[in-house]
Amino acid sequence: MTATLNLSKADTDALGAELDAILAEVREDLGASDREYIEGVIQLQRRLEVGGRAALLMSIFPPAWLAGVTMLSSAKILASMEIGHNVMHGQWDWMRDPEIHSTTWEWDSAPTAEGWKHTHNYLHHTYTNVVGKDRDLGYTIMRVSGEQDWKPVYLAQPLYNVALAATFEWAIALYDLEFDKLVAGELSLGEYIRRSQGMMRKVATQSLKDYVVWPLLSGISAPTTFAANLTANVVRNVWAHTIIFCGHFPDGGATFSEESIEGETRGEWYLRQMEGSCNISGGPLLHLMSGNLSYQVEHHIFPDMPSNRYAEVAPRVQEICERYGIPYSTGPLHKQYAQVVKKIVRFAFPGGKRADAPESIPAPTPGNTRKGGATRSKGIDERASRVAA
Amino acid sequence: MSQAQTLAEPVARRRLLDAAAVLTTPLLPDDYLTVFNPLWAFGELRGRVEQVIPRTDDAATIVVRPSRGWPRHRAGQHVAVGVDVNGVRHWRSYSLTSDPERPDGCLSITVKLVDGGAVSTQLVRHTQPGDLIRLGPPAGDFGLPAEVTRAPLLFVTAGSGITPVMAILRSLERQDLITDVVHIHSERTSESVIFGEALRGLAARNDGVTLHERHTATAARLAPSELDRLCPDWRDRETYACGPLGLLDALETHFEAESLLHQLHVERFQIAQVVAAPGDGGTVRASLAGTTFDAPAGASLLVAAENAGLPVKSGCRMGICHTCVCELKEGQVRDLRTGELIDEPGQFVQLCVSAAAGDVELVL
Repeated sequence: MTATLNLSKADTDALGAELDAILAEVREDLGASDREYIEGVIQLQRRLEVGGRAALLMSIFPPAWLAGVTMLSSAKILASMEIGHNVMHGQWDWMRDPEIHSTTWEWDSAPTAEGWKHTHNYLHHTYTNVVGKDRDLGYTIMRVSGEQDWKPVYLAQPLYNVALAATFEWAIALYDLEFDKLVAGELSLGEYIRRSQGMMRKVATQSLKDYVVWPLLSGISAPTTFAANLTANVVRNVWAHTIIFCGHFPDGGATFSEESIEGETRGEWYLRQMEGSCNISGGPLLHLMSGNLSYQVEHHIFPDMPSNRYAEVAPRVQEICERYGIPYSTGPLHKQYAQVVKKIVRFAFPGGKRADAPESIPAPTPGNTRKGGATRSKGIDERASRVAA
Repeated sequence: MSQAQTLAEPVARRRLLDAAAVLTTPLLPDDYLTVFNPLWAFGELRGRVEQVIPRTDDAATIVVRPSRGWPRHRAGQHVAVGVDVNGVRHWRSYSLTSDPERPDGCLSITVKLVDGGAVSTQLVRHTQPGDLIRLGPPAGDFGLPAEVTRAPLLFVTAGSGITPVMAILRSLERQDLITDVVHIHSERTSESVIFGEALRGLAARNDGVTLHERHTATAARLAPSELDRLCPDWRDRETYACGPLGLLDALETHFEAESLLHQLHVERFQIAQVVAAPGDGGTVRASLAGTTFDAPAGASLLVAAENAGLPVKSGCRMGICHTCVCELKEGQVRDLRTGELIDEPGQFVQLCVSAAAGDVELVL
């Protein structure tokens, strides 16, 4: 038996109460400095974008191109991650500011805010890492867990993962349409068409801006501005893909079956969120540019807590994990990403039904700390066998 | 009102902004313009505090430079002011005390401290020049139509009811339109009159202005029957009144008795609310936000929505400006002013003066 499964109902209830208390405490403490933070990030993002677009008007000169791409890529990353993703989670709704609110936000990315809020905020965050429910689990086209059935197409997944990274925003936009649900008859054609139209409008306006109007405004710099905008979008896509995959698919990230979450309590939900998420360690710049998804564990237990507060609650969450014997997965970006790649390659091949298949789980390393002393693999094994039973 | 002003926006400017939006989609040109100067916004109305002038020990006049999109107000109108208190946006409505003809283009409001009032405390005690505030469009029908500006006028005001009348008086004086004005103003003491000096100065400068001050700490409250003595020709004047409900109701009764109600124009700062009926209150489904929240019986839907964290735009918060209007999809709501039920889907609900009467779905 592992520490994880030794948690009794009383334990998970106590765990839930402790985490609820942290959330309540932070909510109570929110104030003017939090508003200053997000307004500051938004100002920074807009300045970077204005600077980047301006520099690219002269993108025929290589230094202007490089400066423009750097600023525009950074602006797009901030807009998608620290601002867009978090605003749409409702992290800033408490400010009652219609300009920074989940109900009004639209972002500089292909998915519509509406589609994103449904598949991400609702499905992914409610059913985190539940096979068959959480559509983020492999984004419906990848096999990242032994509990997903193997199909020959997965043999190509190490390759199409690269394509997915480069076109991430488009892939997510398509995936938000839930074509698979249309095929399965769970989604009406009318609703599918409505969603498609929303997406096509978004695709049209985004493409017109980045690939037609701004290049045309650049005059003789048109071709280089086109290339620069394309580059900025790809940079943002690859970065977002990296951060998001590192959030759930390194070794620490467990997967769950639909049956195992039936009648789940608040404490058990917290537990699943913590077990299914992995942090990335690093400095302030990494946290900012990852939209604080480097605090994926904290984000998953408190999805609507303002992101600037994750850093301060992280040590407390980690301490709680230690006390309850819950693994807290964290490690530097390169290590976490290496494990993601390993997993994608491993699960391209059949087998690995049991998530702790020895070949897929390397021994814990100092860089990939698993606090709490529990052997992670056994924890998943127990859950998997509970499902099988 | 706000609708008409939006329509009046120059077409050329609208087209230019629409074209620029192609470059900034999904954001708006405003989002980038305001990076350079917060007052360059065309869409959302904002203002920068230019001056904070203490009035009495618990009131201050805030002079504000509005952003480009500000449509000129009419004297007597009010404006919703949004300020951030501990990071949270709050809205309150204040009468504009500046005349629209003011040469520097600034606006002013005068705010009296309310016990435990988050917004008034922020404005009176913690606001400094340079601070940014949000503004709603100017709203309200109180004020002089062009054809009556030269008619004999009577103003009856009490307490902070002076504020909209101050703007009207300033506007008349600036345009040299004062011919025959009688002004009766009540306040506890001479010192606590908010615009005491301004009013007395105006009366001294203009032969056409007669000012009667009533200080209720030492004298009885003004009764409408006193009009015959204070302003014998009141029946020949257009009367504009603003002050506590008791005074306005008494004036209405008095004018009605003489069949002169059409000559009385009042501005109410408070509304008399009806009591909730049994079975009121319920769960509100906000269909746009995709959330639900509880709305207690007799409590305004606006407050309930705000407490649930929805960023509802609001203005006057007393059923006047229609900023917070939203469509009723299902269920019924009670108008807190009249007790009337609104129950037809598609009807518009003024959230600030409506309460849930059972479960409700709103396009919100």
